[in-house]
Amino acid sequence: MSPEDKLAYMANQIGRFFASQKHDDAVAQIEDHLRKFWDPRMRASILAHLDTVTLDPPVRSAVERLRPAA
Amino acid sequence: MPLVQEIDYGTKQIAAATMVTLTIDGHAVTVPEGTSIMRAAMEHGTKIPKLCATDSLDSFGSCRMCLVEIEGRAGTPASCTTLVAPGMKVRTTTDKLRKLRKGVMELYISDHPLDCLTCSANGNCELQDTAGEVGLREVRYGYEGENHLEAVVDGSNPYFQFDSSKCIVCSRCVRACEEVQGTFALTIQGRGFDSKVSAGMGESFLGSECVSCGACVQACPTATLMEKSVVEIGQPEHSVVTTCAYCGVGCSFKAEMRGDTVVRMVPWKDGKANHGHSCVKGRFAWGYANHPDRILNPMVRAKTTDPWREVTWDEAIAHVASEFKRIQASYGKGAIGVITSSRCTSEETYLVQKLARAGFGNNNTDTCARVCHSPTGYGLGKTFGTSAGTQNFDSVEHSDVIVVIGANPTDGHPVFASRMKKRLRAGAKLIVIDPRRIDLVRTPHVEAAYHLPLRPGTNVAMLTSLAHVIVTEGLVDTAFVTERCDAEAFADWAAFVAEPRNSPEALQSATGVDPALVRGAARLFATGSNGAIYYGLGVTEHSQGSTAVMAIANLAMATGNIGRVGVGVNPLRGQNNVQGACDMGSFPHELPGYRHVSGPAVRAIYEKEWGVTLDPEPGLRIPNMLDAAVEGTFRGLYVQGEDIAQSDPDTKHVAAGLAAMECLVVHDLFLNETANYAHVFLPGSTFLEKDGTFINAERRINRVREVVAPRAGLADWEVTQAIANAMGYKMDYAHPSEIMDEIARTTPTFAGVNYGKLEMGAVQWPCNDAAPDGTPIMHESGFVRGMGNFVITEYVPTDEKIGPRFPLLLTTGRILSQYNVGAQTRRTSNVVWHPEDVLEIHPHDAEQRGVKDGDWVRLASRAGETTLRAAVTERVAPGVVYTTFHHPVTQANVVTTEFSDWATNCPEYKVTAVQISPSNGPSAWQDDYSQMAAQSRRIETVPAK
Repeated sequence: MSPEDKLAYMANQIGRFFASQKHDDAVAQIEDHLRKFWDPRMRASILAHLDTVTLDPPVRSAVERLRPAA
Repeated sequence: MPLVQEIDYGTKQIAAATMVTLTIDGHAVTVPEGTSIMRAAMEHGTKIPKLCATDSLDSFGSCRMCLVEIEGRAGTPASCTTLVAPGMKVRTTTDKLRKLRKGVMELYISDHPLDCLTCSANGNCELQDTAGEVGLREVRYGYEGENHLEAVVDGSNPYFQFDSSKCIVCSRCVRACEEVQGTFALTIQGRGFDSKVSAGMGESFLGSECVSCGACVQACPTATLMEKSVVEIGQPEHSVVTTCAYCGVGCSFKAEMRGDTVVRMVPWKDGKANHGHSCVKGRFAWGYANHPDRILNPMVRAKTTDPWREVTWDEAIAHVASEFKRIQASYGKGAIGVITSSRCTSEETYLVQKLARAGFGNNNTDTCARVCHSPTGYGLGKTFGTSAGTQNFDSVEHSDVIVVIGANPTDGHPVFASRMKKRLRAGAKLIVIDPRRIDLVRTPHVEAAYHLPLRPGTNVAMLTSLAHVIVTEGLVDTAFVTERCDAEAFADWAAFVAEPRNSPEALQSATGVDPALVRGAARLFATGSNGAIYYGLGVTEHSQGSTAVMAIANLAMATGNIGRVGVGVNPLRGQNNVQGACDMGSFPHELPGYRHVSGPAVRAIYEKEWGVTLDPEPGLRIPNMLDAAVEGTFRGLYVQGEDIAQSDPDTKHVAAGLAAMECLVVHDLFLNETANYAHVFLPGSTFLEKDGTFINAERRINRVREVVAPRAGLADWEVTQAIANAMGYKMDYAHPSEIMDEIARTTPTFAGVNYGKLEMGAVQWPCNDAAPDGTPIMHESGFVRGMGNFVITEYVPTDEKIGPRFPLLLTTGRILSQYNVGAQTRRTSNVVWHPEDVLEIHPHDAEQRGVKDGDWVRLASRAGETTLRAAVTERVAPGVVYTTFHHPVTQANVVTTEFSDWATNCPEYKVTAVQISPSNGPSAWQDDYSQMAAQSRRIETVPAK
């Protein structure tokens, strides 16, 4: 597994958990988890490879929210 | 300080509300109802002579030394088996009693060697003392009659000897093995004069089922069972009470000394975790402290292919600081980090994480709990609000149904297992959820009501199906849930688990367990009164480790088994200070006390205390550090007391990460496997050389006291402090107590802790104004987070799947005699029980592959391969194989993969798809690794001047 694929794999694992929770905003929960547990360079790396990695839809949405404000 | 001499009251303490007043030798004495006369007398200062009685055991009444006279009663009853009664008048010393005792003692001594001056128990012999107490002056029967004086000494056990010639057949050893340890390895063989203590069926101690816990040695009143170290060195003259450095039980020991030599480690009766019991590791396996492999001088080298060069502490510390500063200047502030150790004290781990946060300016701190109980932190935090077990160990004595899931306490936490077995022998029911038929499933006088032998990787499916039964059969404790838990979260969870797809029948295809067993176990747990759950790494070390922890918390809440004695959720921590290392802020995302680094208010506390601005972003976890090293953004690491090259999964990836470092600093006792990749080696201290605290699995803050001075000259906390100062961040602690004072100032759950208080007795956190004496049971009136939170636990099968290439599932664990990576226990005589890692394989799987017991086999996964010997056994189910990771020669983690828990990155050690095939020797990896390790451990010889 390449480093970016490994990150995508981990993000999808996180996504599967939060997607299964009722009444929670899965995208917000995934984003919160990534912000709270991933070092900034991991977040930057997955963002940098967003076009090439395979992410489940809510995970992709959550990762996109990690993008620093312009 | 003097030798700690504990008072032996002869019989156990009784807790009773009703008090009884009697008269002993004319003095009024008041004791709880149910107390023996012997104990009542001793509590008031009168020692009645005794031989077969000791207060760790039930009364036996065989030696006839403790006879008393009671007004109005015929005869001379034994004071150990006769209970006090109101108004009773007891005489402990009369002419009649003196004559009787002396007569009995004459009989004992007529068949006892008269070698007191050369006996190893000289000065510490209850037989000798009692002979003195009864005034024995002659033995009228002579010494020439039939006797046992020629009995051969059994020296088979590496740590103690059995000299039957000195035995008085008091049965204390036999009773200790039964009552305290629960192994039933000893018996009295023969009858009458032929009676003698026997291990197993007349076997040697080593050859019997004896587990070398030492309970028999401790109970023996003579030199019959004696530590070989006492035989060799002599009786100790002073002692220091300290805490064992092996598993998370945290047993208290008296280190009994002669000068600066440890004579023996004796479990301390007042130890609140162990109450005077021990296991083979804590009791005997401390010899590694003086092993010739210890490195006692700092060493550096430019390249890992160079031999080591011994240097002064100053040179080593300056080199570390210079390299770390260079790396930060070249690659950025976040290019270095630390790993703290659960084998080190709380104060040491606090200081190492502080070094990273305040000294390095980043949050790149992680700890070995990453690879064991990090999911406990996440899971219990989400459901209850804090990361800790809910009970004290004593709580198990009030449990009615005990669930053990993914833990093997008789091997991993043996002293607690003995207490659990005692409760089970008294009638509590047991449910074991484990792929293996662990010893608890059926052991002397204990048999599990249910063993659910699930497939590795299906804990969440199993726990959810248990919840399904509880919810759909109306077994929820509605009153508890309504009062204590979040109603909406419960409703969501209950609806989820009630779905037919979560029934035991539907999930049987995943778990492989008969649904009738699952239903029976669920009913028993929900209706059996006090239900307690104990779990270990078989729960956490999975891709759904955190989910499984939450599923356990859900079960406890749904059945109302939280917040009182006898119940609870109890993570059995692997190492001695896992709890403390986690409490101290070793994780990269949270400061001490489990408070996230992103919180400005929490950061402000530490910014004020430490005088720096803290990074609000989480740092790298261990696997992320290794990934970043391979990618080139992480270049320097200070590892205190851990051996990640052996303990962490996917060894080849770990090795690649370590090899990519420009400055790897290993601070340890030995040149461990990680040190093969190191540029600086800093010699560390054993627990005997440490001052500080270990916090055990019940949140108990136990003092660790320096028994001997640090052999390398500096305590571990002093080394960390020196690195900080050399890096330009000022630390000036004079003693570990000052570090604890800082912890108390900044961490609310430790606010009431200081060394002065700990001298009065170990307390369990939270310890603060609200709970000045600590908190034995958590969540009694409400959860830390407020209302208990039910979490939906959708089962997601692991991606580590069996297939034609790798058709078997490997799961890993540990055994009684070895500990973790074996760095300590492999350097003791414990190797006689486990000289190498072996692969357990079911007879069916073995036969299919032409593998016989003892054969070399190749164990291969998609990550790598190794070879080891096979042990053909039905302890594992068909399709499952098992091994340990205690020996670097095997490198079991060459085989484990990079898969990890979704929330915490805790590795999935417990599930690896593998294939087994016959082999005729070590793999190419093992050969190459052995050569590399030998090369790496060379130490430059300084030429003579």
